[in-house]
Formats: sequence, structure tokens, C-alpha cells
Amino acid sequence: MKSLGSIRRSFAPWTDPSAKPYIVFENVTKRFGDFTAVNNLSLSIFEREFFALLGASGCGKSTLLRMLAGFEEPTSGRILLDGQDLRGIPPYRRPVNMMFQSYALFPHMTVEQNIAFGLKQDGMPKTEIETRVADMLKLVKLTQFAKRKPHQLSGGQRQRVALARSVAKRPKVLLLDEPLGALDKKLREETQFELMDLQQSLGLTFVIVTHDQEEAMTMADRIAILDKGEVMQVATPAEIYEAPNSRFVANFVGNVNMFEGKLTAREGERVTIAGSSGAEIKVVNAGDAAQGGDVAFAIRPEKIKVSSKRPGNSAANAMQGEVYDIAYLGDMTIFHIKLDDGQIIKASTMNSSRTVEDPLSWSDQAWISFEPDAGVVLTR
Amino acid sequence: MSDTSTQSAVNKGILAAISSRLVILVPYAWLLFFFLVPFLIVLKISLSTTAISMPPYTPVINSFSDLFAKWREFSFDNYIWLTEDPLYYRAYIRSLVIAGISTFFTLLIGYPIAYGMARAPSTIRPTLLMLVILPFWTSFLIRVYAWIGILKPEGLLNQFLMSLHIIDSPLIILNTDWAIYIGIVYSYLPFMVLPLYSSLEKMDYTLIEAANDLGCPPLSAFWKITFPLSLPGVVAGCLLVFIPAVGEFVIPDLLGGSETLMIGKTLWNEFNSNRDWPVSSAVAVILLLLLVVPIMLFQRAQAKAQEQGR
Repeated sequence: MKSLGSIRRSFAPWTDPSAKPYIVFENVTKRFGDFTAVNNLSLSIFEREFFALLGASGCGKSTLLRMLAGFEEPTSGRILLDGQDLRGIPPYRRPVNMMFQSYALFPHMTVEQNIAFGLKQDGMPKTEIETRVADMLKLVKLTQFAKRKPHQLSGGQRQRVALARSVAKRPKVLLLDEPLGALDKKLREETQFELMDLQQSLGLTFVIVTHDQEEAMTMADRIAILDKGEVMQVATPAEIYEAPNSRFVANFVGNVNMFEGKLTAREGERVTIAGSSGAEIKVVNAGDAAQGGDVAFAIRPEKIKVSSKRPGNSAANAMQGEVYDIAYLGDMTIFHIKLDDGQIIKASTMNSSRTVEDPLSWSDQAWISFEPDAGVVLTR
Repeated sequence: MSDTSTQSAVNKGILAAISSRLVILVPYAWLLFFFLVPFLIVLKISLSTTAISMPPYTPVINSFSDLFAKWREFSFDNYIWLTEDPLYYRAYIRSLVIAGISTFFTLLIGYPIAYGMARAPSTIRPTLLMLVILPFWTSFLIRVYAWIGILKPEGLLNQFLMSLHIIDSPLIILNTDWAIYIGIVYSYLPFMVLPLYSSLEKMDYTLIEAANDLGCPPLSAFWKITFPLSLPGVVAGCLLVFIPAVGEFVIPDLLGGSETLMIGKTLWNEFNSNRDWPVSSAVAVILLLLLVVPIMLFQRAQAKAQEQGR
């Protein structure tokens, strides 16, 4: 059986109807004065899941996290953790810990004291605290920095102290607010995998807030795409990318080409979409889009082939245009093809061999082609 | 041609060097002429003996060369006198105690005010800051006199409390230590609030959220996070209140009554009533040492702690 994306997941409790979600947002609304940060939002997160809240700034993702931590109370609706309603429980009594975007390390305490802070609050015996702190320091590879103050550490080291401090108490849920935002690109990529390993080895539930889609795609089991306080789609990274449910999601995650048109003919799942210029696109996976309705056909650049001659396969969709721009990135080349109706289509080609038989140049006539199942039909 | 241009460049360089030195020179010159020189004059007077003359002392040193030639003639009698008459050391102790208690109360009242200001919405903070500074727009003397009207037995406070039937007979506050505490706390409150406010305002509120998140209730978070981080402000505020309060003369004189024995008043009496310039100078020198030495020790300890932190 064919499945979306290139990986198989064995951990997928959301597909099991009998599985009980661990964190539940039930019709949660949060208003600040006139501004509605979160609007009647419902969401379920499962135990041991790595869940990402992805959205542009101001979409309500941080508010959602702060409500889970207890810094904000929902205006209406409720939040359940392991079946327990969290309303009225102050942050210092919630079994969740948060890693702050600014790290919020206590500047007057050493690395050790920072990590031990939460454990001392719980009244853990001193020897046990010492062992736990030592374990945590080893986990984040900062043992030799135990006696330093936060201002004597680099950004990456501070990030790891913040992480160690927030997982030291073994919370049921770890909340991460843009945890890698302050790191440079290379360190960020390394840390992404470290975080995933950590989540695996500790068996915790992670809820991460990010505006970086690559970060969410890399780490998360599932992603919730948020816009203006509402959930647009909750799905695995592969589903979000290959089967977005709306124009917003398709545009928000990755690059996409959008053909707007009318659904003119329908035969089961096979449909034809006619653009305003008369070009027709044949699609075999149209879902339940209604005939005669306005739809968009969304297709990712790497699913489009570019050739200098008309492709032979008649089943494929093919359109003619002119090479408008070329970007050679090394691993791939991105072509901008201007179609006859003026629309510019992005198509990317993996450079899987070092030499090319018949290379294209600017202003060349070119054909783009794609299979009838290479894109999705969107009604929203 | 090129010779003159290099010459002018050199001149410019010298000029820049001189002007940058000048900038540093101004505060140093200020300190030299208005602090060090007057202090040396006071020190000189304190080492001489009283005389019925104009000015009322016999100078030991008249020139710089005398400093080495006549050092044997320095009179330490004035300092010895300070230890012999218990009046002086009692006045010192009482001044330190009154200043200490007043500083404590100023901190107790000033901290919540500063905290409230720092946590207030940023739009009203300038207004609050203005309100703290506002009393300075009225003369200090007038404000202290106003307190007499409030605190005296038939004053506003007693009338108010008696009209509410909280007390039957007037409270005697004026001419007691309590009146001095009230006067000092009231007068010096802005000097406590401002440094506290500036250190509290800088603090990142997410630190408190992080403490809460790690299981620390708000009150405990205050003592573990907010207070330690505001310590530089606490120290600065306390020094700004304590140091002038020790030498305070007007408040104990007007509110504390004639019986009050504080060093500022003792000094005033020695200088004006007794016309004993050498003894009053000795009183002033000891007062300065009493205040400067602990501050220097404190600063050195702080510098050391900072170095260790690094």
C-alpha cells in the first residue's frame, strides 16, 4: 500500500480510536481585551507524543502553551491533562515544565543551582538532588561547567542548561517555547536531533512552539498549523506537506504552485480542472470536491518535471512555457517557468547526476509536466 | 606642503589627547577643589588648638613646608577630648542607631513602592516616577515644618484619630525619636525608591514565571529570585539614605526636640555656640571616617566577589 511521505511511523496513537488523549483542549478561547488570541480551539495530544504548534507570530501558539503551563487561564473552554481539568491550578502545582524562549536562567545562581532549583522546591533529599543534577549535567554534556554562572556560558550552553533544568523534575509534559530560536543554524540542526533523542529516552510528552517549519517537520510526530487563533490542520509532517487541507496550509508549509480553476468534469475521483485561460488539469485524487465549484490544484515544485521537448507520456499533464529564471543550488536546481497565461511555475530538479544531457537556459521554450496524482485539490 | 599637513595632523592629535584628558579633568578638579581641599582645611583645623582670636584657633601649619617641619606640634588633644567626654561617643552611637532604624523603615516602605512602580503598566510609570520626585519641588525646610503641624499633640494626626474615637488623649509623637524616624523616612524615601526602582525595572519577569513553573510559589519566588537580584538597588538605596541621615541636623532639631543628641546637632553646637572650631572639626573628621571606611570595605568585598564570579 502506498503512503504519504517517505517514512513509516510505528508510533501513531491518533489513528487508534480507542487511545485516550493525554492533553485535551476543549473549545478553548482566550481574549486579551478586544483581541482574541485563541478562538474556540480544540486539540488532542497523546502521551509520549512530540507535538508541534506551528504558526506565524501572533497566531496564538505561545498563548496556548502559556495556558497549558498555567500563566494564563482560558477565557472559556477547558484544558484537561490526563483527565484532570487544569482550571484554577497555579503554575507551581502543575506537572508540566516549560523551557522558555529566553531560557530565563537565574543569573545569580550557578548552572548546578539552576538545575537543582525545581528539585529543591519538591523537597527532594539532598543526596538525591545531587545525583539527579549530576545525571542532568551529563545528559546535556555540561559537567565541567557546573560551577559557572549563566553569563559565563555560550548561547548553546545556556540553551542546554535551560533544557536540563526543565526536564530535571521529570515532568509529565515538557513545554518548549521556540527552544532553538536563539541558536545559529548549524547548532540548531544538531540540537534538533538531540531533543528528539532526549524525548525518546525520557519517554516524555513534548509540546513545542515554533515558527520554523523545518524544525517542526524534523522533530514532531504531529504538527498543528495555527492561524489567527484557530487550528487549520493537525497531521503528521508528511500529511501536512503532501496532503494539505487548505490553501493556507499548502502555502504556509514549503513551496507550492497553485492553479486556480473550476472543477468541470467528475468521474469517481477523477476530475478535470479548467483554469481561466482554458488550460486543463487532470487529477485522479480529487476527494469530494463538488463539480462546478471553485477549486485550487496545489502541486509542490519537486513533483513537476521540466523538459525542453514535449513529454511523451500522454497521461501526464503538460504545459508549455518559457524559462524565466534559474537558481542553481548545488543539490538541486530551481526553474521558474512562465506559462502562456503569465503564471510563473516553480519546478525543482534534484541534481542526482553531475552532468546533464540537454541543459536549459534563460528564455528557452520549456515544458512542464506532472502525474495526475502529483498534487492535491483544495476547496478551502 | 606635506610637512605642514603632517604638522597640523600632529597638532590635531595632541589637541584631541588634551581635550579628552580635559573631560576627565573636570570631575577630578571638582572633587579636588570642593571636596579634598575643604577636607584638608578641616583636618588642619582639627589638629590645632583653640584661641580667642579671629579665626578662633592657632594654626599649626601655614605653608606646605610646615607639614614636615612642624609635624611634632600637631595637637591631637581634640581627638583625645572626643574619647574623654561621653557626650561625643553617645552622640555618634545614637546617630548611627537612629540612621540605621530610619534606613530600615525607609527600605520597608520604599521596596513595595518601587516594586509596584516597576510592575505598573509602562504607560503610567513616568507619572509614578514624577510623583516620587514631586516633593522635591517644595522646600525641604517647609516640609519638615509641616510635619510639626501634623505630629504635635493638637495637630492634624491627633485630631483625626480622636475624631474617629481611635484614641482618647493625644499621642505624644513630636519631640520623640518616632518623630525623627518619621521625618527621615519621609524626607529620604525618594533616595531609596529610585535606585530600587531602577534595579527592579530591569529585572526580567520571565524569571519569576520560570520559578513558578519549577514549583516555587510567588512569595517564595520573591525571596529566592526577585530580592537577591535587587540587592544592588537595596545597597545603593540604603547607603543613599543612611549616610546623610547620620549627619542629619534639621530633622532631629525641629522634630526631635532640644533633648535629641545626634552628631549633626553636637557639631552645630560646638561650632556655633562654643565657637570651638578645632573640636568641631575633629567631630567632622571622625564622622567622615566612620562613614567612609565601611563603604570602602564594602566596595572592596564587592569587587572581590565580582572577580571570583568571573
